[in-house]
Amino acid sequence: MDLNLTPDEVAFRDEFRAWLKKNVPKDWNEWRGKPLEESFPYLRAWQRKLYEGGWAAVSWPKEYGGRSATLMQLAIFWEEMAGAEAPPMANNLGLGLIGPTIIAYGTDAQKKRFIPKILSAEEIWCQGFSEPNAGSDLAALQTEARLVDGHYVVNGQKVWTSYGWVGDWCELVVRTDPAVAKHKGLTVLLVDMKSPGVEVRPLRQMTGESEFNEIFFRDVRVPERNVLGKVNDGWNVAISTLMHERGAYGARLLPIFKRNVNRLIELSRTIQRNGRPAAEDPILRQKLAQCCAEVEIMRLNQLRAFSRITATGAPGPEGSIQKLFWSELNQRLQQLAQEMLGSYGQLLSGDSHAVDEGIWSYGYLRSRGNTIEAGTSEVQRNIIGHFVLGLPRSY
Amino acid sequence: MQFGLNESQEFLRGSARKFFAGECPIAEVRRLMETDTGFDAKLWVKLAEQGYTGIIFPEEFGGVGFGVVELILLMEEAGRALVPGPFFSTVVLAGSVLDSLASRDQKKKYLGPICRGEARSTVAFLEVGGSWDPNDVRLTAVNGKLRGEKRFVSDAAAAHWIIVVAQNGVFLVDAKAPGIRIQPMLGMDLTRKLYSVQFDDAPAEKLGETANSSRALDIATTALAAEMVGGMQRTLDITVEYAKTRKQFGKPIGIFQAVQHQCADMYLETESSRSAVYYAAWALQQHAPDAAAAVSIAKLYTSDASRTVGNRGIQVHGGMGFTWENDLHLYYRRAKASETAFGDATFHRERLARLAIDAEAVSAQKA
Repeated sequence: MDLNLTPDEVAFRDEFRAWLKKNVPKDWNEWRGKPLEESFPYLRAWQRKLYEGGWAAVSWPKEYGGRSATLMQLAIFWEEMAGAEAPPMANNLGLGLIGPTIIAYGTDAQKKRFIPKILSAEEIWCQGFSEPNAGSDLAALQTEARLVDGHYVVNGQKVWTSYGWVGDWCELVVRTDPAVAKHKGLTVLLVDMKSPGVEVRPLRQMTGESEFNEIFFRDVRVPERNVLGKVNDGWNVAISTLMHERGAYGARLLPIFKRNVNRLIELSRTIQRNGRPAAEDPILRQKLAQCCAEVEIMRLNQLRAFSRITATGAPGPEGSIQKLFWSELNQRLQQLAQEMLGSYGQLLSGDSHAVDEGIWSYGYLRSRGNTIEAGTSEVQRNIIGHFVLGLPRSY
Repeated sequence: MQFGLNESQEFLRGSARKFFAGECPIAEVRRLMETDTGFDAKLWVKLAEQGYTGIIFPEEFGGVGFGVVELILLMEEAGRALVPGPFFSTVVLAGSVLDSLASRDQKKKYLGPICRGEARSTVAFLEVGGSWDPNDVRLTAVNGKLRGEKRFVSDAAAAHWIIVVAQNGVFLVDAKAPGIRIQPMLGMDLTRKLYSVQFDDAPAEKLGETANSSRALDIATTALAAEMVGGMQRTLDITVEYAKTRKQFGKPIGIFQAVQHQCADMYLETESSRSAVYYAAWALQQHAPDAAAAVSIAKLYTSDASRTVGNRGIQVHGGMGFTWENDLHLYYRRAKASETAFGDATFHRERLARLAIDAEAVSAQKA
């Protein structure tokens, strides 16, 4: 165990820190509270800048535009991004989940074709996994693809597709063999969202925004060369994406959580509760300390997981505890913010009395989705129970 | 940066696990918990032969010279085996205080015999009020003599020396000295015996200033949390094994999600505690600026989690978990005693708040 930075890690940190100092846009605060639809071009331009500096996906191999950075350097990357109050990037799913899957399963031609444009945010990616009747039971999905004259013809419907409204390409899981067991007949296709027959509809969520979409596919033709991995091996390809999602996505969220808890500490000194600052209210003080502790433990769990992945080579089912931990922690943190803010907690963005441009009312509502998206807490517990602890499969 | 164990740390953990499984199986724990002190001379000799009684002390006093990380790996294994007797009190608690406060001559005199397995000791901290805040300590030495009462002193009856945290310094007294009366307190944990100790003008030797004992207490707190992690891991292992074999409705109960999810939460709580404890140990070893906060984070999380893990484990066991014959309650009892020792979650949340929330503290840190 050695949590000191190695000389390589120090050099990496210093180089990135210096780059950030020169390049982080100064006007991010003006954009922060705006809906994603409005700020998206801004985030795209910011990612382009990171790409030009060689910082868009540091952990990817050099030959694909990364820096072959270690997972620890990746953790440093996110800490520096947070420290510099840098905006997030635009192509989150492409960079975090789909790019790594293409690097692991793609042909050379696919890597050459897709990876550079994921990095530059020239092509935004979305993920077509869930369906109306295949949520937690993902393998039950029904969207089908039939091979006709060198093209897969896709018919079906996907739902909860993040970035669907802005997506240029989609990592789509389809059924290619209905005759075999449900996990065995799936294939992953890389689908051009501009293909005829693709229809994207907004899905308005409880926050009021349309972060997600429904996507309809009617006789959409996908060339055979856009199969990712092997035909009928799509379950393994999809699981690889999901493990990235569960295992490493927390590192990306950690800076946001840290900023939120630090902001709550700041607020606790000025907000009055029971005739004194909230920071001095015995109950709120205890809850705030608990939140600080849990955000730190989220960081430590992530570092331990990275060390384990570095040793074993791939994220494993243990990653489910990161997802469980951060999603439930965020709900507690948002609830604490509400308790501290009292009546002001409910005020939405746009109200002149809203605290911090309404990020707390939004965050409170948005956090309900955390324990559902990317595998519900119940599914994560099933994964831990069966794949980590070796208990019999319950479903 | 690397959060995994290195080869020698893996080796230490593996050999400790084997040692405790062989020398201190649960039948032996049950035998010793029925004795007055829980102390076993034969086991103690073997602990010393392994170098465990001197694990983090400098070689010049007969120790092995390992760091805090190695200490907590050993304590995790001791916790898994529920090792009874004065090992924690002597080596971790008294040993750390001696190591950080005592003069070179005092270390030679007291730490040497501890390393060699010839002497046992403990630390007396709590008083009538039961507060873990050093500012609440009232007992005071006058002219080199102690008068007053300490409570919840672990393993005092097995100790040769009792180290006393007083208002005006940390003192060492001979447990056999005139004016000392040791009386058992009947604690829930049957494997680590508690005592009240009365001092009636007992002659005492000063080791150092009370204000300088915080690092030693932080090391002891972290080592105790590591022992708790070992207990949680064992509780989880026993429970998962039971859920795989116990059948109801014709199926192993572990197939039911209501049961399986309890086990998944036990895993999350155990792993998260381990992350916090390992980091605290490393931060102490490195004298990192956030070490005190890291210790409080480890103890506050582990205090709540070890209780919860025990609750879940017993619930999954059903009626069996409520029996004397099942081992779970032995871990459950230890967990409760350890939860409050050196401050429970509420205490450490307040300590963390002072470090991380109070404006003066935060700006002082930044400066």
